[in-house]
Amino acid sequence: MEKRPPRVIVTKIGFDGHDRGSRVIAACLRDAGMEVIYTPPWQEIGAVVKLALEEDADVIGISSLATDHLIVPKLMEALRSAGLADVQVIVGGIVPHKDEAKLLESGVARVFHPGTALDEVVAQVQALTVKRREMQEVQS
Amino acid sequence: MKPIHKEMQPSNPDSGEQRWAQEFAQAVPGDPTLMNRSGIPVKPLYTPADRQGKSYDEVGYPGQYPFTRGIYPSMYRGRSWSQRQLIGLGVPEQYNARVKEMLGLGASALSLIPCNSVFRGYDADEVPAELLGTCGTVINNADDMATALDGVPIDTISTAMNDPSPFTLLAFELAVAKRRGVPWEKITGTSNQSDCISHFVANHMFFRLSLQGARRVIVDHIKFCNQQVPNWNALSIVGQHMQQAGATAAEAMAFTLASGVQYAEDCIRAGMDPDQFLPRFTFFFDISVSLFEEVAKFRAGRRVWARLCKERLGAKDPRSWRFKFHGQTSGVDLTRQQPLNNIARVTTQAIAGIFGGLQSLHTDSYDEVFSTPTAEAARIAVATQNILREEAHLTDVIDPLGGSYYVETLTDQMEERINAIIAMIDAEGGMYHAVEKGIVQRMIGESALSFQQKVDAGEQTIVGVNAYKVDEDPATYVSQEYPSAQLMGSYLDRLAAYKKKRSQSAVQNTLSELARSANDGQRNVFEHVVLAAEAGATHGEICGTLRRELGFGQPLTMV
Repeated sequence: MEKRPPRVIVTKIGFDGHDRGSRVIAACLRDAGMEVIYTPPWQEIGAVVKLALEEDADVIGISSLATDHLIVPKLMEALRSAGLADVQVIVGGIVPHKDEAKLLESGVARVFHPGTALDEVVAQVQALTVKRREMQEVQS
Repeated sequence: MKPIHKEMQPSNPDSGEQRWAQEFAQAVPGDPTLMNRSGIPVKPLYTPADRQGKSYDEVGYPGQYPFTRGIYPSMYRGRSWSQRQLIGLGVPEQYNARVKEMLGLGASALSLIPCNSVFRGYDADEVPAELLGTCGTVINNADDMATALDGVPIDTISTAMNDPSPFTLLAFELAVAKRRGVPWEKITGTSNQSDCISHFVANHMFFRLSLQGARRVIVDHIKFCNQQVPNWNALSIVGQHMQQAGATAAEAMAFTLASGVQYAEDCIRAGMDPDQFLPRFTFFFDISVSLFEEVAKFRAGRRVWARLCKERLGAKDPRSWRFKFHGQTSGVDLTRQQPLNNIARVTTQAIAGIFGGLQSLHTDSYDEVFSTPTAEAARIAVATQNILREEAHLTDVIDPLGGSYYVETLTDQMEERINAIIAMIDAEGGMYHAVEKGIVQRMIGESALSFQQKVDAGEQTIVGVNAYKVDEDPATYVSQEYPSAQLMGSYLDRLAAYKKKRSQSAVQNTLSELARSANDGQRNVFEHVVLAAEAGATHGEICGTLRRELGFGQPLTMV
């Protein structure tokens, strides 16, 4: 089978509308050859799950500047309920240290803090895509 | 080797300037031209040759057209800028306690940041509870505002309400004023964040109504305030969002002034006199750490706005030409790495704003990279302003960088760039058209990406991020605690009780009238917002009513 480029949803859930981070990340992943599905802010958790299913996303990137990361555990729960436990979720933005462990515990693969180089994000998304596809193969 | 800039070729080959140019070229081989973030070339030295043919009249005196050196004759010798720190956390009681503390520390004006649920136009009982009060204060009705402003003399302290169309927070404050018997003429402050264009384009925080719906309400709001709350600044046009989103300093200034022209032209079309409303227009800008570029941005902005008001909008009163602005130090410049370094960044940004001639200043707390500021970090931010003013004597001389060959040249170049971008927006039919077509968003996105690429390539140093790194444990830094579930639960109980006890018929009647006003161009929508707030309607009910009538359109976002 021909190797498909990673498919990545870049989105924001909750109330915050600051999208500089999500736009820069989306543009950088696209320029790295990935298939990026970009949404405006304020997505409902259910809408993100539906999009992941429809788009066969390998990775979901949640950008959070103003505490919206606090509802990411709800997204993780919703993904598991929808049978999408293999989809890798990353969170980027302002995440206080004390909250990072909670996110990782809820199943988030990686938290990116401000100052992360774009190259590192690209490399991580590639690695997580490989991981997700291996998980899929094991399942099938 | 490329020659040094042509204008730097001295006329007299034996001059000191000629010798300097040779010696410099020997010491620093190669093209000495750098680029600032706005894409303006920066030379290693500026001399009288750069100012040839320029008359001092083009710069002028403080308080005189075109206001390059400041909008008032006395500037900070007359009175300091307002120290206006953004505050917002938890419930109204917590806000009130922090406000009283900050006023005690020297803050001279207040600014209210509501909870993100309020930003989005919802009541606390309509949203996921875990997000409540984590980023701002939950204010849903006039009782909440009464608590938030308890003991605050609103007839003397200026209040900035971060809350645009339909401006319910101001409506709640007016209701509080009425209860206290404070006449509305005594209420001073600003409808911050009222610029719906900037929210459509950039940070999208306060985007509650369709762009055209918000456009309608803002004109009514300006009209109402002009007549009934005459000392209130009904409009704050925001460059901060666009610069935070990635626009260069020149782009942010140009887009903001182009938006100002649109709002003014709408007001004129609605029958208002520019000399009535322009003196109450204010601006809100980001101050980045690129010091000279920021100073030039503000000096040029004052000049461009004065010319637009006088020549294009036909204002005759000099007060209408004054470019009054609030500045906020740039959060984007702050780093999570070695966070105490942010105090140095904020200090530099504040110096740029003060030398730029601002009227009101918010200095960021160094810990905003982690969370909503802790009390200690917020105290340092206020102290920074006091140190700059009273220890460093930054305010002794008006426009102290004026007359610098470099700063005056850069001001002229910034002005040219701003005018060119405004002309481009005009050619697109104005800001509303330009943002509906996504032109502005695309430019901002490109500037943001290009800056990030420079950082990643090491062309732009960020201390602690791509240079001068140290090993550190992020766990050592404390972040602001979120309000407890119990506290927010008790708030929700109080909101339920509030909704129960009010006169339901009065609320229903005023909300129906509000809905009618939205569909009747002869009525003033904001007047009906105030009536509904006084009758006990909540923020979510008022926003919800107008969203149904005027529509909600997603802002246009693009990669």
